[in-house]
Amino acid sequence: MVLTYVGATGTNRMAQQASWTKKDLTGIEELSRAEIEFLFTQADQFLPALAPGKGLDLMKGRTVVNLFLEPSTRTRTAFEISAKKLGAEVVSINTTASSLVKGETLRDTAMNIRAMGVDAIVMRHSSAGSARYLGSVLDISVINAGDGAHEHPTQALLDAFTLRQRFGKVQGLKVTILGDILFSRVARSNILCLSKLGAEVTLAGPATLVPASLKEAFPQVRIVHDLKEALQDCDAVMLLRIQHERQTTTHFPSLGEYTSQFGLNAERAAWLKPEAIVMHPGPINRGVEVESEVADGPRSVILEQVRNGVAVRMAVLNLCTGAIAR
Amino acid sequence: MNPADHSPLWIRGARVIDPSAKRDEAKGDIYALDGVIVDQLSAADQAKARIIDGTGLVVAPGFVDLNCRLGEPGRSARETVRTGTRAAAAGGFTTLVTMPDSLPAADNVGTLQLLREICSREASVRVLPTGTLTKGHEGKALAPLGSMKKAGVVAVTDTTSGVQNNEIMRRALEYAAMFDLVVLDHCQDSSMTEGAQMHEGAWSLRLGVRGWPRAAEEIVASSDCLLAELTKARIHLQHLSSGGSAEIVRRAKAKKLSVTSEVSALHLLLTDASLANYPTSLKTNPPLREEADRLALIAALIDGTIDAICSDHSPCTATEKDCEFDLAPFGAATLETAFAAAHTAVVAGGHADLVLLLARLTCGPAKVLGLAAGTLRAGAAADLVLLDPKATWKPRAQDLHSKSGNNPLIGHALTGRVQATFVGARQVHGA
Repeated sequence: MVLTYVGATGTNRMAQQASWTKKDLTGIEELSRAEIEFLFTQADQFLPALAPGKGLDLMKGRTVVNLFLEPSTRTRTAFEISAKKLGAEVVSINTTASSLVKGETLRDTAMNIRAMGVDAIVMRHSSAGSARYLGSVLDISVINAGDGAHEHPTQALLDAFTLRQRFGKVQGLKVTILGDILFSRVARSNILCLSKLGAEVTLAGPATLVPASLKEAFPQVRIVHDLKEALQDCDAVMLLRIQHERQTTTHFPSLGEYTSQFGLNAERAAWLKPEAIVMHPGPINRGVEVESEVADGPRSVILEQVRNGVAVRMAVLNLCTGAIAR
Repeated sequence: MNPADHSPLWIRGARVIDPSAKRDEAKGDIYALDGVIVDQLSAADQAKARIIDGTGLVVAPGFVDLNCRLGEPGRSARETVRTGTRAAAAGGFTTLVTMPDSLPAADNVGTLQLLREICSREASVRVLPTGTLTKGHEGKALAPLGSMKKAGVVAVTDTTSGVQNNEIMRRALEYAAMFDLVVLDHCQDSSMTEGAQMHEGAWSLRLGVRGWPRAAEEIVASSDCLLAELTKARIHLQHLSSGGSAEIVRRAKAKKLSVTSEVSALHLLLTDASLANYPTSLKTNPPLREEADRLALIAALIDGTIDAICSDHSPCTATEKDCEFDLAPFGAATLETAFAAAHTAVVAGGHADLVLLLARLTCGPAKVLGLAAGTLRAGAAADLVLLDPKATWKPRAQDLHSKSGNNPLIGHALTGRVQATFVGARQVHGA
């Protein structure tokens, strides 16, 4: 082991086990605030490894399979790089859940991958709950890279990590999540993560995508359909991608109408407090939920989110695979 | 089916409950001869009777299930008539009304004859088939209801496909009424439930699962009541899941419309909160709803708005259910646990007494279809259950008789258990 600053030594492994016992990361719901904060301290330590030419060997000899059953470039790439920065071997499988269904069950696919001696499976799947299901089936680590409209925990972790980096803490921050909440796994994970860390969450967007019933599911949030009200006192606004593939046509009239009502342009960004930041999980639809002048402007932390995403995913992979007794 | 047992039977010293005759004796006797209930046995018959000591138990009419599936023909990987009726016997059901969505569908006389032939060989309880309302339960063209009636169907239904077109439903009701056939309707506006996997509410929002609003059921429950008013035909609303639907039926009954309804035992016991960890065994159609619905359904059961408790036994294989939640088929295998589930929810739950519960399992469903079942009156078939209402138990997979792998109550603590079941005085379950 090369590292002095992280996890590999005997004493540090023991410290890790005291704070992190989960082999899987299937959702933010299963995490405590202490676990999230512990993961952040580990991600802090991984940031230097992001520099070109740097890398660690904490997961040398281990193999991570990216099982992506739904299209993704960004998240898959971030997981690949995270695993490689830790010294692991990575295999990525891209297919669609529907083609999998025809041939083989998810259990069989996963058992086959496991039989090849893999240490962790990172899965994206169109079915809500699929990561939990896989985690219960397998004795190796399962990392959820997005399960239907349920959770996308690493996205929420990197978002909160970015807020913490910017503001020093997440506790007490006011965060507005704007856009398609109903179909968004990013929104669900962020609501849970931000609430656990003590932020105040406001959900904003059209009533069909941000129904009042969300308040029953997440009593801690505030729901606002007026954009100015949603923006004017927040510390950060998280824009969500308007996902054509998940919406039926009845949820809003057109992309144009969405943009005219809820798109974030320079004029509306001026309603924000001076220090407020703009976040987006990507990939962004320029001209739909956000104008380029905002996405590329001084408030935008979008590329910091991407960079932090690698460090956070390194921490997730290292902690979860480390939690399995060998 | 096995022939009746002609030898004399004497069940002695049990609490006798027969809701059809408003009978509840703390300690009484039930006699049967030639497979039929009799008031008394002769001294000679008493001497050679099989005597069963019912002390501490309840004897009641065998249960009548208005909504179940036995797999055959065509889905015998899920269930067969042999395993399904064996499960029914273990659950205390002696008469089963089966849904017609087999493969091929029971939309023709030939399939019904095949089913009857299988049942004559394999069934351990009485099986009364239904036919589809429209060909292939596709909701387009009427099935040959008259011929199917002659072939023995006791009702017609498009089961979970529902009938989405009001004009077809109206004509179907009129046509079925000519043959005195009750139409059983599954209430689901499918335009509102595309891709839906569970009740739409706080839990579906938390779980990120597409929701199925109550209104999708209530809209069809309403239109059914309006069409019952228009056509004067008999309509029976299947497995209500929402409190609103029960209220719609209550109003229809107050207007003296010939509308009846049922609820599945599972919906009396559980809510959508049980889906918090995506158990595919609890993915049902209709979906489990909220506590307020559960309580409203129990209230409707008690006030008579709901006439019957059904099992809604929908067997699936373990393999079919071992997958992602939204890819799993709908359905729960419930015949063996329906009584215990309903008893746990309604009686042990403190909402009503055993007599009321048994009424909704016996004479209630029998009356919906005018069946000569669900009674202990002399002359009736000796279809009986012996119950231990105090027994507490947890169903175990290895003890179940159903071929399916989707009983959701395995490991669930239940109160009330069927000890023995008799069909035509022949014992089909119990030691």
